[in-house]
Amino acid sequence: MDAAPYVFPNDPGIAWSIMIVLYPYITGLVAGAFVVSALYHVFHQEVLKPVAKLALVTSLCFCSCATLPLLLHLHHPERALNIMVTPNGTSAMAGFGFIYSLYMLLLVVEVWLVFRSTIVDRANSRTGAIGIVYRILALGARKMTEGSRKVDEWAIHLLAMAGIPIACILHGYVGFLFGAIKANPWWSTALMPVIFLISAIVSGIAALIVLYVGMCWRRGVKPDADCVRAMCRYLWVALVVAVSLEMLELGHMAYESGAEWEVLSGLLTEHLAVSYGLIQVVIGSICPFLLLLVAVRPRLNPRLMTACGGLAALLVLVQVFAMRWNVVIGGQLFSKSYRGFVEYTVPWGGREGMIAAIIVLTLPLLALWAADKLLPLWHDSEASESSPFETASRIISPEPIGAAFAITAETTTPVQTQPAQTQLTSPAK
Amino acid sequence: MIQENNDTGGGCGGTCNKSSCGCPSDEMTSRRQFLQRASTVTIGAMSFTILPVAMGDGTESQFPMANGKGAPNEGEQLFGFLVDSDKCIGAGKCLTACRTENDVPEGSHRTWVERYVHFKDGTLQVDTVPETGFAGSDFPIIDPQLVDRSYFVPKLCNQCDDAPCNQVCPVHASFTSPQGVELVDPDRCIGCGYCVQACPYGGRFINPETNNADKCTWCYHRVMRNEKPACVEACPVDARVFGRLDDPNSEISKRIAKIPTDVLKEHLGTHPKTRYAGISGEVK
Repeated sequence: MDAAPYVFPNDPGIAWSIMIVLYPYITGLVAGAFVVSALYHVFHQEVLKPVAKLALVTSLCFCSCATLPLLLHLHHPERALNIMVTPNGTSAMAGFGFIYSLYMLLLVVEVWLVFRSTIVDRANSRTGAIGIVYRILALGARKMTEGSRKVDEWAIHLLAMAGIPIACILHGYVGFLFGAIKANPWWSTALMPVIFLISAIVSGIAALIVLYVGMCWRRGVKPDADCVRAMCRYLWVALVVAVSLEMLELGHMAYESGAEWEVLSGLLTEHLAVSYGLIQVVIGSICPFLLLLVAVRPRLNPRLMTACGGLAALLVLVQVFAMRWNVVIGGQLFSKSYRGFVEYTVPWGGREGMIAAIIVLTLPLLALWAADKLLPLWHDSEASESSPFETASRIISPEPIGAAFAITAETTTPVQTQPAQTQLTSPAK
Repeated sequence: MIQENNDTGGGCGGTCNKSSCGCPSDEMTSRRQFLQRASTVTIGAMSFTILPVAMGDGTESQFPMANGKGAPNEGEQLFGFLVDSDKCIGAGKCLTACRTENDVPEGSHRTWVERYVHFKDGTLQVDTVPETGFAGSDFPIIDPQLVDRSYFVPKLCNQCDDAPCNQVCPVHASFTSPQGVELVDPDRCIGCGYCVQACPYGGRFINPETNNADKCTWCYHRVMRNEKPACVEACPVDARVFGRLDDPNSEISKRIAKIPTDVLKEHLGTHPKTRYAGISGEVK
């Protein structure tokens, strides 16, 4: 029976706008970047050392801005704290405040501990306004002893380990928010949290490649080729898993061809043809897949490898944004009557407009710029300073990583075999 | 380059009482003091922000039951709603009555009436009845010769027993009254829109004037005064029936007992209390 389009009268105005696209995008970057930093701090992937601090600080900068799109979206932002004051135990969303706060606290403490020796040094040596900033950041502690350093190292290792499950929960829970909506057949799948989680890791690695290559270019130094190649390998594996899961979910829906497949197939072929078919699949998945295959070749010219990897990472960032868009907006483009579609165009102005979205995406980068001015994000910039990471690696975890991460084994330097100072391979040299 | 401070605690063995010798005991004292200060600042900040809200300052609910669970207690009255599609004539009186009674803004709908038209060529047309009714609107009149059958279906909140909108509300703003009516606490709603997404029936919307989630309440303010909901009172043909399900002598109980009724999207397991008579599976 053919039926003319029909949309429920309350459906034309979609409830979740581009701000709700940005939220999982930003938290994905947070979780993914943290996982990269954890690969170094917990699993001792020495090859990732050049980006270890950058990953951690990137995670903090994006995390500090993660609530902005939500506050811009809420129709009563002044009541935002209600989510923690009167939380509903049956609501997936109610956990947000607690999970986010816990993760933010963890990140702040870990970053502070990682840079504490530098902060204390500069608090003691710098004068003027910048000196005051460091003295504030030092929180009254003006001395570093070997004992306190060991306690810091122990705490950093502990926080890095605890941060992995919390980062996974933070983003897996975002997927659960959508997957638990049984009213929406485009969202309601148990794979949703897993897909969000893996794509978070994808986006985090891709963002770090882009940031690292971009910042090295800006600083006028060569990126560490082994590091970029290793990240490309991780990105390739994570991308394959993420895209496989996405296609598996879609294939499962199509194969079942349930009652709602008619509207979903219409959604894919007519309303998401560009954002899903072209951008997410072709430009964002297939192209970077091929580029990364080239980039991870062992004897490839480092400049070509960096170019391929950087371009692939940029495309992957577009893919992940398109994926978030297709989930969040795509899921609202059809009416719950399952008989008709609605249109959504992002307005330029307003709290949930394009300009606000651009500002929200720019703020974490500004925070990262400020952090770069304030803290030594690059291991070569403090080669003569003793990093808590190095000592932590030496003291706390002498065992190399297991087979699960053997993909980078050929580029990994076992921690205990060389003194820490000799591991520092400055790109500037 | 900044030089690292390699002071390891000096030779005092950590036994001195000086405040700045850098020995381990000094470090521990400093750390303890820091934690004490941090705790004081945190608790102080909380007392100015979260605690007043938690204690009810500013967000006190106008619905006492919002603080508890909404399942009907034993002895409480339990309301129900029957939509009789066979009787509806698409007059649209209910729509105007609802909008007037509840100040529903233009463009938003607590209730609406759908028209299903089966044409002889096998096609189905679904649309909504204008508030003036088809007779008073500029809708083109469908040639009856082309139509096999047609019927109207008034839609409103289904007041589900297992309401997904209540389940997902992060702040307890959506709740069930002891009479089984799903309500929204306007003083508590944060306007996140999660309930709008979770409602399978398109019954919720964000009210552009109050910025709260809004929905049909079966005119809770009226029925608690033993009045009928505005739409029920306005219906000229008794297509909408409201009453107590726990009273076997109520009209709704009698009609539900006599005629076959159905609920919408039963497979979702929401267990709606709004029941429909005279509809077929194409109504969602």
